[in-house]
Amino acid sequence: MLRPSTTLPRRGRGPLWRNPAIRALIVQAVLFLVLAAFVGYLVHNTLLNLEARGIHTGFGFLEGRAGFAIPQTLIEYTSDSTYGKTFVIGLLNTLLVSALGIVAATIIGFMVGIARLSPNWLLARLATIYVEAFRNIPLLVQILFWYYAVLRALPSPRQSLSLFDAFFFNVRGMVMPDPQPLDGFAATPWALLIAVVGAILFGLFAKRRQARTGQALPVYWIGAALVIGLPLIVFLLTGSPLEWTLPELTGFNFRGGINILPELLALWLALSIYTAAFIAEIVRSGILSVSHGQTEAARSLSLPEAITLRKIVIPQAMRVIVPQMTSQYLNLIKNSSLATAIGYPDLVAVFAGTTLNQTGQAIEIIAMTMAVYLVISLTVSFLMNLYNARTLLKER
Amino acid sequence: MRYKNKSLIVMPAAMLAAVAVTHVQAATLDDVKSSGEFTCGVSTGLTGFSSPDENGKWTGIDVEVCRAVAAAVLGDPEKVVFSPLTAKERFTALQSGEVDLLSRNTTWTATRDNSLGLNFAGVNFYDGQGFLVRKDLGVKSATELDGASICVQAGTTTELNMADYFKAHDMQFQQVAFDTSDQTAQGFDSGRCDVLTSDSSQLAALRLQLADPDGVVILPERISKEPLGPVVRQGDDQWFDIVKWSLFAMLNAEELGVTSENVDQMRDNPPNPDVARLLGKDGNFGEQMGISNDWAYNIVKMVGNYGEVFERTVGMDSPMELERGINALWNEGGIQYAPPVR
Repeated sequence: MLRPSTTLPRRGRGPLWRNPAIRALIVQAVLFLVLAAFVGYLVHNTLLNLEARGIHTGFGFLEGRAGFAIPQTLIEYTSDSTYGKTFVIGLLNTLLVSALGIVAATIIGFMVGIARLSPNWLLARLATIYVEAFRNIPLLVQILFWYYAVLRALPSPRQSLSLFDAFFFNVRGMVMPDPQPLDGFAATPWALLIAVVGAILFGLFAKRRQARTGQALPVYWIGAALVIGLPLIVFLLTGSPLEWTLPELTGFNFRGGINILPELLALWLALSIYTAAFIAEIVRSGILSVSHGQTEAARSLSLPEAITLRKIVIPQAMRVIVPQMTSQYLNLIKNSSLATAIGYPDLVAVFAGTTLNQTGQAIEIIAMTMAVYLVISLTVSFLMNLYNARTLLKER
Repeated sequence: MRYKNKSLIVMPAAMLAAVAVTHVQAATLDDVKSSGEFTCGVSTGLTGFSSPDENGKWTGIDVEVCRAVAAAVLGDPEKVVFSPLTAKERFTALQSGEVDLLSRNTTWTATRDNSLGLNFAGVNFYDGQGFLVRKDLGVKSATELDGASICVQAGTTTELNMADYFKAHDMQFQQVAFDTSDQTAQGFDSGRCDVLTSDSSQLAALRLQLADPDGVVILPERISKEPLGPVVRQGDDQWFDIVKWSLFAMLNAEELGVTSENVDQMRDNPPNPDVARLLGKDGNFGEQMGISNDWAYNIVKMVGNYGEVFERTVGMDSPMELERGINALWNEGGIQYAPPVR
């Protein structure tokens, strides 16, 4: 009697390598081991060869006395500090110019990008000229231009251009008064913090209120008044506990005050202006990607142009803009290593330059430097991806 | 699967290739002889030491050391490929074999000799670090430089000496470090710095590049010892000896009165046994190093003795007009002294 089988026949176990899942696992494991062995071999071989040639290896050099000076140090540093410290100094200088550059490039980029789409003929043409000029000249040339052509045209320290006798501009950069906090100053930053939190809470409240009643409050004015006003009142009430050290011309240079290096200014200008040209195009493409129907709809509701741009167009444009901005930010950070061309003491100039040359530990130092750029770039990528996830189209 | 299998085969092959490449320890002399030329690391342009002239031909006292080695080994001083290097690149270029000889106004120090896998083959110029300032500042001594901005080349002993000097004298300074000596001169010229510091011979050379060479003065202090000389890789003693003795041959030739003009006559009729040994008429001093016995003859004939080279490149016959000073021979009041050829 024929009976249809209700279960599939059991698969024979067979040899392990017949099982595709296990086979894939084995192949991957073998591949990984071979790769690890290969890398291990390269490292071992390098160490062996370095030793055979009498070249010292290892990270012990980081403990040694550096013995050279660095013109811009955000934290305490003297020539008695260690080589390890020069790494930190260089890293901070790189981060400083990158952060300044990112902020400035974003602001300039947005303004130029929006200006390029302006109905004002002159403004739009000027923005076009800006973009075409600055993104088509190599960055290194621009850095050298700002450094050698523009900043070098400033007068010597003795003939400094001065502003209120407190700010001085000369070929050595910019000197400005240095604030020295006295007793009781701590209250002011706290007041600022409270004011910022307050302004944010007020903004949330105003938003909810507008959603409920349709009435808009002057959020920006009130917020600004809070953030500026509260710390100012606290500062005055505590008796203005801040002393300004004015720069003074003694001998060769100004003493006292904060000196901003012309190398930093030149690098900052060049990086910002160059990257802003690309950001402008990204902003323009983002705005153009928002369907014209959106603008028309906003106009038919008789929303003012400024609000249409801020509330309708830009939020939707951000979806296109953010991922590309990440690349530009990463480029800017990596381009900051061109600092070495004009003597700005960034990571590459100080650590992968002078420290490398004084110690001769090329492999260790270059590996550390590459790792730093990798970590910075991955961090920026990660943060921008978080932001990107927030600006994504929310499908409801 | 095909793809993965393929990579499994490629990997070990690549590993084998890596093994094959890395275990060849080259003898530099054999390589140089078989290729018929060698690579010499020089500066990116420093008048008197190594810089290209208007025809693109490299000249300078460091360049002549490269030519002397080429004359000794290959019998032709022009068989050198010059590779311009910044101060920061120089040691890595030599270590990695990119250049076979580094003759680039490089100071002989303990760290460089002992921990970088390099050997200094002698001293072709004894120097000391100095300071150059504008005359109108009215500065007469380096001890008056408190608070000054100073232009310096990055990655040099100069940078270290300066930090030590200012610390020892309890003075402050602001350092501006550039990659090449041209840039430091440019930085000084444009007023970015009050002071330019370097080895004093280099200051004499850089001075010529300034917009107003007569408006500046080199201060009298010499704050360091800077013995400059050619450098080779450690672990190739034969090549080390050749470079060392090429330099000694130039010094011995000067001491014995052998010049590029009288060298033929001296070889045909050696006035004394020393000259006969130097010029290969007696003994086999070239063969001992694996090169021809007329090695020193070639050097003197084609490049010149040390005195001739000095005068032509940095001395009175050159725009730099440096005195021999301590670079005179030991029997003429200097400290240049070569072991005898015997």
